[in-house]
Amino acid sequence: MTGKEFMLAALEAISHSIIEHEEHLNHLDNAIGDGDHGTNMARFSRIILSDLPELSAGNGDLGEILHHIGMRCITEIGGAAGPLFGKFFLQASISNIGNTSMDAANWVLAFDDGTMGVSLIGRSTEGEKTMLDALFPAVRAMQEKLEEGLSLPEIFLAGATAAENGVEFTKTISANKGRAAYIGQRSIGHQDPGATTVMLMLQALHKTAIEMNVK
Amino acid sequence: MKKFINEPGNLEMETARGMALAKPHILRQLPGCNVMVRQNKKTDRVALVFGCGSGHEPAPNGYVGYGMLDAGIPGKLFSSPTPDMLLKGIKEVQNDAGVLCIIVNYTGDVLNFRMAMEMAQTEGIAVESVIIADDVATQKTKSVGRRGLAGVLLVMKIAGAEAEMGSDLYRVKEVAEWAASGLRTIGVACRPCIIPSDGEPSFELGETEMEIGMGLHGEPGVLRCDMMSAKDTVHQMLDLILLDCNYENSEVVVLINGLGGTPPMELYVINECIHEYLSEQGIKIYDTMIGNFMTSLEMGGFSISLMRLDPHLKALYDAAAVTSIIRR
Repeated sequence: MTGKEFMLAALEAISHSIIEHEEHLNHLDNAIGDGDHGTNMARFSRIILSDLPELSAGNGDLGEILHHIGMRCITEIGGAAGPLFGKFFLQASISNIGNTSMDAANWVLAFDDGTMGVSLIGRSTEGEKTMLDALFPAVRAMQEKLEEGLSLPEIFLAGATAAENGVEFTKTISANKGRAAYIGQRSIGHQDPGATTVMLMLQALHKTAIEMNVK
Repeated sequence: MKKFINEPGNLEMETARGMALAKPHILRQLPGCNVMVRQNKKTDRVALVFGCGSGHEPAPNGYVGYGMLDAGIPGKLFSSPTPDMLLKGIKEVQNDAGVLCIIVNYTGDVLNFRMAMEMAQTEGIAVESVIIADDVATQKTKSVGRRGLAGVLLVMKIAGAEAEMGSDLYRVKEVAEWAASGLRTIGVACRPCIIPSDGEPSFELGETEMEIGMGLHGEPGVLRCDMMSAKDTVHQMLDLILLDCNYENSEVVVLINGLGGTPPMELYVINECIHEYLSEQGIKIYDTMIGNFMTSLEMGGFSISLMRLDPHLKALYDAAAVTSIIRR
């Protein structure tokens, strides 16, 4: 079971990780896109960090926190990533409005809803070299571990590992969506920056779950 | 970098304010943002909304006014406006006749508009969209479709006139799509623009090189080669258009759009080359628009758009419009 404390610690860890990888994400985006994914995600992450005190003083409604993050994505990230990550958090928030705690099932459902939201707004699915190549496998892996009755750190670990494999997979395929689609076959060999960000998020979630020893 | 600017971070907002100050009888800037709407709000006509990144001035706000756009929404430099800003514009101009969003086909623009439209629909606003993908330098077979270029301006003119006639939302959308189906654009660049935030050129191009098909933001084109004469450049470009769309025996509007760093003098030289070549091909030119309609800061280069006319489209093209840039 996790509450506000875990949610905010996880958001902090995610934000720090993205800021730390700003240059790396720009570099990845430069190869197949317009080279600003790191800058945009880091700008957003800095805003999230500055929002934390206010969120911490709030009523602890986890759905509202996720909704707030979603709106921040929409207004602050820009480009295609803004609505995509925004839709992820907004959809993930829906089943948690009114919840002051989230158990493993809530977390997996939130990821599942968020992923479907991204898929719908992006009119995209796995295999098109997008963030969905990290999200879909992560959701499947987490669902499997949830059904096996494992704890949250193990569930997040499975999600992070699946996302890492998903990122590796994006190197082997050509882009079918986004700006990278225009360079087609030349995008093979490069990993997708959006999928990489998803991986960083799951890794930070896992790290936070271990550190805080949540169940 | 030599630019007459103040704070690079305030550039987009200062640009919007400057534009609104110039034409207060036409434009009204919404407080605290750079969303611009018409002074006289329509009450029973389909409202047209267009947005694109800043840096493409006078687009989008130069086309806000009678007979064209009801709201123009610029994003940050070369970045799509965000859904919250688009929604603000949509809500400001919406009325019982509904709203038509005109979108240039870039993933960022399409996704931001899609999300704003979803939000507007949840609030009970009737909103539809038309996506402009006129760049023949990109493949239409790709699932993302072609990029959108300056040809969107002609669709705004057509759809705006149809909306002023009092047609319903689906009719305005249908006419916009019909106009877009006979619209093709090809661009060429010979010099990058300088991004004000870092002073860096937006792309690399050799001192003697040009690139046909390059996008408005330096996206790769179809042919990089040494600079050619205006005549040879125009031939290469028009061949790409004519290979893609058959305009034989058609009457067309030609739009020659400067990217910001190519002087009007050259655009007129280019225009003569276009007229010569098209008449050889049996294509009749009804009217030609020449100017910097949708720029990329000071990028060197231009684009050529052809739009096929039929009697209805011709009447809409000729219909009255009063915006900062287009007046007839």
